[in-house]
Amino acid sequence: NIQKITKSMQMVAAAKYVPEDKNKYLLIGVSSDRGLCGAIHSSIAKQMKSKVATLTAVGKEVMLVGISDKMRGVLYRTHSDQFLVAFKELRRKPPTFGDVSVIALELLNSGCEFDDGTINFNQFRSVISYKTEEKSIFSLNTIANAESMSIYDVDADVLQNYQEYNLANSIYYSLKGSTTSEQSARMTAMDNTSKNASEIIDELTLTFNCTHQAVITKELTEIIFGAVALD
Amino acid sequence: MPPSPVGDPGVFFNGANVRQVDVPTLTGAFGILAAHVPTLQVLRPGLVVVHAEDGTTSKYFVSSGSIAVNADSSVQLLAEEAVTLDMLDLGAAKANLEKAQAELLGAADEATRAEIQIRIEANEALVKALE
Repeated sequence: NIQKITKSMQMVAAAKYVPEDKNKYLLIGVSSDRGLCGAIHSSIAKQMKSKVATLTAVGKEVMLVGISDKMRGVLYRTHSDQFLVAFKELRRKPPTFGDVSVIALELLNSGCEFDDGTINFNQFRSVISYKTEEKSIFSLNTIANAESMSIYDVDADVLQNYQEYNLANSIYYSLKGSTTSEQSARMTAMDNTSKNASEIIDELTLTFNCTHQAVITKELTEIIFGAVALD
Repeated sequence: MPPSPVGDPGVFFNGANVRQVDVPTLTGAFGILAAHVPTLQVLRPGLVVVHAEDGTTSKYFVSSGSIAVNADSSVQLLAEEAVTLDMLDLGAAKANLEKAQAELLGAADEATRAEIQIRIEANEALVKALE
Protein backbone atom coordinates (compact mmCIF):
# COMPACT_ATOMS: atom_id res chain seq x y z
CA ASN A 1 0.00 0.00 0.00
CA ILE A 2 0.99 3.64 -0.27
CA GLN A 3 1.99 3.94 3.35
CA LYS A 4 4.57 1.17 2.96
CA ILE A 5 6.03 2.90 -0.10
CA THR A 6 6.29 6.28 1.54
CA LYS A 7 7.76 4.76 4.69
CA SER A 8 10.48 3.00 2.74
CA MET A 9 11.17 6.17 0.75
CA GLN A 10 11.59 8.03 4.01
CA MET A 11 14.08 5.45 5.26
CA VAL A 12 16.10 5.59 2.05
CA ALA A 13 16.23 9.36 2.17
CA ALA A 14 17.25 9.31 5.84
CA ALA A 15 20.06 6.93 5.06
CA LYS A 16 21.31 9.13 2.23
CA TYR A 17 21.02 12.36 4.24
CA VAL A 18 24.42 13.44 5.52
CA PRO A 19 24.16 16.41 7.86
CA GLU A 20 26.54 19.14 6.85
CA ASP A 21 29.47 19.12 9.22
CA LYS A 22 29.28 22.11 11.45
CA ASN A 23 32.91 22.89 11.39
CA LYS A 24 33.47 26.50 10.39
CA TYR A 25 34.27 28.66 13.38
CA LEU A 26 34.71 32.41 13.45
CA LEU A 27 36.92 33.93 16.14
CA ILE A 28 36.77 37.68 16.57
CA GLY A 29 39.34 39.38 18.80
CA VAL A 30 38.64 42.88 20.08
CA SER A 31 41.13 45.27 21.57
CA SER A 32 42.46 48.63 20.38
CA ASP A 33 45.13 50.38 18.37
CA ARG A 34 47.02 51.97 21.22
CA GLY A 35 49.43 50.52 23.70
CA LEU A 36 50.56 51.43 27.22
CA CYS A 37 47.56 49.65 28.70
CA GLY A 38 49.05 46.69 30.49
CA ALA A 39 48.04 43.20 29.45
CA ILE A 40 44.91 44.22 27.49
CA HIS A 41 46.13 43.01 24.10
CA SER A 42 48.14 40.03 25.24
CA SER A 43 45.33 38.58 27.38
CA ILE A 44 43.04 38.41 24.34
CA ALA A 45 45.77 36.99 22.14
CA LYS A 46 46.53 34.31 24.71
CA GLN A 47 42.90 33.25 24.98
CA MET A 48 42.47 33.22 21.23
CA LYS A 49 45.61 31.22 20.53
CA SER A 50 44.59 28.51 22.97
CA LYS A 51 41.09 28.49 21.47
CA VAL A 52 42.46 28.12 17.95
CA ALA A 53 44.53 25.16 19.13
CA THR A 54 41.53 23.48 20.80
CA LEU A 55 39.24 24.00 17.82
CA THR A 56 41.77 22.87 15.22
CA ALA A 57 42.38 19.77 17.31
CA VAL A 58 38.72 18.72 16.89
CA GLY A 59 38.85 19.36 13.18
CA LYS A 60 37.18 22.76 12.92
CA GLU A 61 38.23 25.30 10.36
CA VAL A 62 38.97 28.51 12.24
CA MET A 63 38.79 31.96 10.70
CA LEU A 64 40.17 34.95 12.57
CA VAL A 65 38.99 38.51 12.63
CA GLY A 66 41.06 41.18 14.35
CA ILE A 67 39.36 44.33 15.49
CA SER A 68 42.19 46.76 16.13
CA ASP A 69 45.71 47.06 14.93
CA LYS A 70 47.26 45.48 18.00
CA MET A 71 45.09 42.39 17.59
CA ARG A 72 46.18 41.97 14.03
CA GLY A 73 49.81 42.52 14.96
CA VAL A 74 49.85 39.95 17.73
CA LEU A 75 48.09 37.19 15.80
CA TYR A 76 49.30 37.79 12.27
CA ARG A 77 52.76 36.43 12.85
CA THR A 78 51.62 32.98 13.81
CA HIS A 79 48.18 32.70 12.20
CA SER A 80 48.30 34.81 9.06
CA ASP A 81 46.76 32.14 6.85
CA GLN A 82 43.64 32.02 8.97
CA PHE A 83 42.92 35.72 8.92
CA LEU A 84 39.67 36.71 7.30
CA VAL A 85 39.75 40.44 7.83
CA ALA A 86 41.25 42.97 10.23
CA PHE A 87 40.00 46.40 11.24
CA LYS A 88 42.16 49.26 12.39
CA GLU A 89 42.07 52.96 13.10
CA LEU A 90 39.06 52.76 15.35
CA ARG A 91 38.30 56.23 16.56
CA ARG A 92 39.79 57.37 19.82
CA LYS A 93 36.37 58.48 20.95
CA PRO A 94 33.96 55.92 22.44
CA PRO A 95 32.56 53.55 19.80
CA THR A 96 29.17 54.31 18.28
CA PHE A 97 26.71 51.96 16.68
CA GLY A 98 27.65 53.52 13.38
CA ASP A 99 31.24 52.28 13.73
CA VAL A 100 29.93 48.85 14.57
CA SER A 101 27.59 48.79 11.57
CA VAL A 102 30.58 49.24 9.29
CA ILE A 103 32.36 46.31 10.91
CA ALA A 104 29.29 44.07 10.88
CA LEU A 105 28.55 44.90 7.25
CA GLU A 106 32.09 44.09 6.22
CA LEU A 107 31.91 40.76 8.02
CA LEU A 108 28.61 39.85 6.42
CA ASN A 109 29.76 40.90 2.96
CA SER A 110 33.07 39.10 3.21
CA GLY A 111 31.25 36.02 2.08
CA CYS A 112 32.51 33.96 4.96
CA GLU A 113 29.99 31.34 6.00
CA PHE A 114 30.44 30.27 9.56
CA ASP A 115 28.51 27.87 11.74
CA ASP A 116 29.48 29.16 15.16
CA GLY A 117 31.60 31.94 16.48
CA THR A 118 32.74 33.89 19.49
CA ILE A 119 33.90 37.39 20.17
CA ASN A 120 36.84 37.59 22.58
CA PHE A 121 37.05 40.84 24.45
CA ASN A 122 37.90 42.32 27.84
CA GLN A 123 34.86 42.95 29.97
CA PHE A 124 35.08 45.79 32.45
CA ARG A 125 34.73 44.72 36.08
CA SER A 126 36.07 47.67 38.06
CA VAL A 127 38.66 50.40 37.81
CA ILE A 128 41.35 47.95 38.78
CA SER A 129 40.13 44.78 37.11
CA TYR A 130 38.79 43.44 33.83
CA LYS A 131 38.04 39.92 32.70
CA THR A 132 38.84 38.39 29.34
CA GLU A 133 35.53 36.94 28.17
CA GLU A 134 33.83 35.32 25.21
CA LYS A 135 30.49 36.16 23.70
CA SER A 136 28.82 33.74 21.31
CA ILE A 137 27.68 34.82 17.88
CA PHE A 138 25.31 32.81 15.75
CA SER A 139 24.92 32.07 12.10
CA LEU A 140 21.54 32.26 10.41
CA ASN A 141 21.35 28.46 10.35
CA THR A 142 22.02 28.11 14.06
CA ILE A 143 19.29 30.61 14.91
CA ALA A 144 16.79 29.14 12.47
CA ASN A 145 17.32 25.61 13.77
CA ALA A 146 17.30 26.53 17.44
CA GLU A 147 14.74 24.58 19.41
CA SER A 148 13.04 27.59 20.94
CA MET A 149 12.67 29.26 17.54
CA SER A 150 9.71 27.08 16.62
CA ILE A 151 7.31 28.88 18.94
CA TYR A 152 7.91 32.24 17.28
CA ASP A 153 5.73 33.47 14.45
CA VAL A 154 8.40 34.81 12.16
CA ASP A 155 9.21 35.35 8.46
CA ALA A 156 12.43 34.12 6.86
CA ASP A 157 13.79 37.55 5.98
CA VAL A 158 12.99 38.83 9.47
CA LEU A 159 15.26 36.10 10.80
CA GLN A 160 18.13 37.25 8.62
CA ASN A 161 17.58 40.82 9.77
CA TYR A 162 17.55 39.59 13.34
CA GLN A 163 20.78 37.66 12.94
CA GLU A 164 22.57 40.61 11.35
CA TYR A 165 21.32 43.04 13.98
CA ASN A 166 22.28 40.58 16.71
CA LEU A 167 25.80 40.34 15.29
CA ALA A 168 26.16 44.12 15.24
CA ASN A 169 24.81 44.39 18.78
CA SER A 170 27.20 41.75 20.09
CA ILE A 171 30.15 43.56 18.51
CA TYR A 172 28.89 46.85 19.96
CA TYR A 173 28.61 45.33 23.43
CA SER A 174 32.09 43.87 23.28
CA LEU A 175 33.61 47.07 21.83
CA LYS A 176 32.13 49.14 24.63
CA GLY A 177 33.35 46.75 27.33
CA SER A 178 36.72 46.59 25.63
CA THR A 179 37.29 50.35 25.44
CA THR A 180 36.22 50.81 29.07
CA SER A 181 38.60 48.05 30.20
CA GLU A 182 41.37 49.57 28.13
CA GLN A 183 40.91 53.03 29.66
CA SER A 184 41.00 51.71 33.22
CA ALA A 185 43.98 49.47 32.45
CA ARG A 186 45.87 52.38 30.93
CA MET A 187 45.03 54.52 33.96
CA THR A 188 46.46 51.88 36.31
CA ALA A 189 49.50 51.21 34.15
CA MET A 190 50.35 54.89 33.76
CA ASP A 191 49.70 55.55 37.43
CA ASN A 192 52.19 52.84 38.36
CA THR A 193 54.65 54.18 35.81
CA SER A 194 54.36 57.68 37.27
CA LYS A 195 54.95 56.34 40.79
CA ASN A 196 57.99 54.43 39.58
CA ALA A 197 59.26 57.53 37.82
CA SER A 198 58.87 59.55 41.05
CA GLU A 199 60.88 56.96 42.94
CA ILE A 200 63.62 57.00 40.33
CA ILE A 201 63.70 60.80 40.46
CA ASP A 202 64.05 60.70 44.24
CA GLU A 203 66.86 58.15 44.11
CA LEU A 204 68.70 60.03 41.39
CA THR A 205 68.35 63.31 43.27
CA LEU A 206 69.91 61.72 46.33
CA THR A 207 72.74 60.28 44.25
CA PHE A 208 73.27 63.64 42.59
CA ASN A 209 73.38 65.47 45.93
CA CYS A 210 75.85 62.98 47.39
CA THR A 211 78.10 63.21 44.35
CA HIS A 212 77.86 67.00 44.31
CA GLN A 213 78.80 67.24 47.96
CA ALA A 214 81.65 64.79 47.47
CA VAL A 215 83.08 66.89 44.62
CA ILE A 216 82.82 70.10 46.63
CA THR A 217 84.42 68.45 49.66
CA LYS A 218 87.28 67.18 47.48
CA GLU A 219 87.91 70.62 46.00
CA LEU A 220 87.76 72.23 49.44
CA THR A 221 90.22 69.67 50.81
CA GLU A 222 92.66 70.34 47.95
CA ILE A 223 92.42 74.10 48.44
CA ILE A 224 92.94 73.85 52.21
CA PHE A 225 95.91 71.45 51.84
CA GLY A 226 97.35 73.69 49.19
CA ALA A 227 96.97 76.74 51.46
CA VAL A 228 98.48 74.89 54.42
CA ALA A 229 101.38 73.68 52.26
CA LEU A 230 102.19 77.25 51.20
CA ASP A 231 102.32 78.49 54.80
CA MET B 1 4.19 42.12 30.79
CA PRO B 2 7.78 43.28 31.34
CA PRO B 3 9.42 44.97 28.34
CA SER B 4 12.95 46.23 28.06
CA PRO B 5 13.49 48.60 25.14
CA VAL B 6 17.08 49.65 24.77
CA GLY B 7 18.14 52.52 22.60
CA ASP B 8 21.56 53.82 21.68
CA PRO B 9 21.53 56.64 24.23
CA GLY B 10 20.56 54.16 26.91
CA VAL B 11 17.81 52.14 28.43
CA PHE B 12 14.29 53.51 28.74
CA PHE B 13 12.65 50.53 30.38
CA ASN B 14 14.30 47.68 32.16
CA GLY B 15 12.08 44.94 33.47
CA ALA B 16 9.15 47.28 33.88
CA ASN B 17 5.59 46.02 33.78
CA VAL B 18 3.36 47.77 31.25
CA ARG B 19 -0.07 47.25 29.78
CA GLN B 20 0.61 47.69 26.05
CA VAL B 21 3.32 48.64 23.59
CA ASP B 22 2.59 49.93 20.09
CA VAL B 23 5.37 49.32 17.62
CA PRO B 24 5.98 50.17 13.94
CA THR B 25 7.34 47.19 12.02
CA LEU B 26 8.12 46.37 8.41
CA THR B 27 4.92 44.35 8.21
CA GLY B 28 2.76 47.04 9.77
CA ALA B 29 2.14 48.70 13.11
CA PHE B 30 0.68 46.64 15.89
CA GLY B 31 0.00 46.83 19.59
CA ILE B 32 1.35 44.22 21.94
CA LEU B 33 -0.65 43.21 25.02
CA ALA B 34 0.09 40.44 27.47
CA ALA B 35 -0.11 36.92 26.02
CA HIS B 36 0.58 38.14 22.48
CA VAL B 37 1.73 35.41 20.07
CA PRO B 38 5.53 35.09 20.31
CA THR B 39 7.12 36.80 17.34
CA LEU B 40 10.24 38.47 16.01
CA GLN B 41 9.82 41.59 13.95
CA VAL B 42 12.00 44.21 12.33
CA LEU B 43 11.32 47.81 13.36
CA ARG B 44 10.87 50.57 10.83
CA PRO B 45 11.34 54.27 11.61
CA GLY B 46 8.29 55.34 13.54
CA LEU B 47 6.57 55.97 16.82
CA VAL B 48 6.67 53.56 19.74
CA VAL B 49 4.00 54.21 22.36
CA VAL B 50 4.25 52.57 25.77
CA HIS B 51 1.02 52.41 27.79
CA ALA B 52 1.89 52.09 31.47
CA GLU B 53 -0.26 50.17 33.89
CA ASP B 54 -1.74 53.40 35.25
CA GLY B 55 -2.85 54.50 31.79
CA THR B 56 -0.17 57.11 31.08
CA THR B 57 1.57 56.89 27.72
CA SER B 58 5.15 57.67 26.76
CA LYS B 59 6.18 58.12 23.16
CA TYR B 60 9.55 57.46 21.56
CA PHE B 61 10.72 57.75 18.00
CA VAL B 62 12.84 54.79 16.92
CA SER B 63 15.03 54.48 13.85
CA SER B 64 15.16 50.77 13.25
CA GLY B 65 15.99 47.61 15.12
CA SER B 66 14.21 44.50 16.22
CA ILE B 67 11.51 43.46 18.61
CA ALA B 68 11.01 40.08 20.22
CA VAL B 69 7.81 39.03 21.96
CA ASN B 70 8.44 35.93 24.03
CA ALA B 71 6.18 33.17 25.28
CA ASP B 72 6.28 34.52 28.83
CA SER B 73 4.94 37.89 27.62
CA SER B 74 8.29 39.60 27.99
CA VAL B 75 9.21 42.00 25.22
CA GLN B 76 12.66 43.13 24.14
CA LEU B 77 12.66 46.15 21.91
CA LEU B 78 16.15 46.95 20.64
CA ALA B 79 16.35 50.15 18.65
CA GLU B 80 19.40 51.49 16.92
CA GLU B 81 18.35 54.99 17.96
CA ALA B 82 15.47 55.89 20.22
CA VAL B 83 14.63 59.39 21.35
CA THR B 84 11.80 61.13 23.12
CA LEU B 85 9.80 63.44 20.86
CA ASP B 86 11.08 66.61 22.51
CA MET B 87 14.50 65.88 21.09
CA LEU B 88 13.20 66.22 17.51
CA ASP B 89 12.51 69.32 15.42
CA LEU B 90 9.46 69.34 13.11
CA GLY B 91 10.89 72.02 10.84
CA ALA B 92 14.10 70.09 10.26
CA ALA B 93 12.12 66.91 9.56
CA LYS B 94 9.95 68.66 6.93
CA ALA B 95 12.99 70.23 5.30
CA ASN B 96 14.77 66.86 5.15
CA LEU B 97 11.66 65.25 3.70
CA GLU B 98 11.42 67.80 0.87
CA LYS B 99 15.12 67.47 0.17
CA ALA B 100 14.89 63.67 -0.02
CA GLN B 101 11.86 63.82 -2.31
CA ALA B 102 13.71 66.16 -4.65
CA GLU B 103 16.73 63.86 -4.67
CA LEU B 104 14.58 60.88 -5.63
CA LEU B 105 13.84 62.47 -9.00
CA GLY B 106 17.52 62.65 -9.83
CA ALA B 107 18.48 59.24 -8.49
CA ALA B 108 20.42 57.08 -10.91
CA ASP B 109 20.66 53.45 -9.82
CA GLU B 110 18.56 51.06 -7.75
CA ALA B 111 20.70 51.25 -4.64
CA THR B 112 20.58 55.06 -4.51
CA ARG B 113 16.82 55.03 -5.12
CA ALA B 114 16.35 52.55 -2.29
CA GLU B 115 18.43 54.63 0.11
CA ILE B 116 16.54 57.81 -0.75
CA GLN B 117 13.25 55.96 -0.42
CA ILE B 118 14.23 54.89 3.08
CA ARG B 119 15.12 58.49 3.95
CA ILE B 120 11.75 59.67 2.65
CA GLU B 121 9.85 57.10 4.69
CA ALA B 122 11.83 57.89 7.82
CA ASN B 123 11.22 61.63 7.44
CA GLU B 124 7.53 61.05 6.70
CA ALA B 125 7.24 59.04 9.88
CA LEU B 126 9.07 61.79 11.79
CA VAL B 127 6.74 64.47 10.48
CA LYS B 128 3.68 62.35 11.26
CA ALA B 129 4.89 61.67 14.79
CA LEU B 130 5.54 65.32 15.54
CA GLU B 131 2.35 66.80 14.08
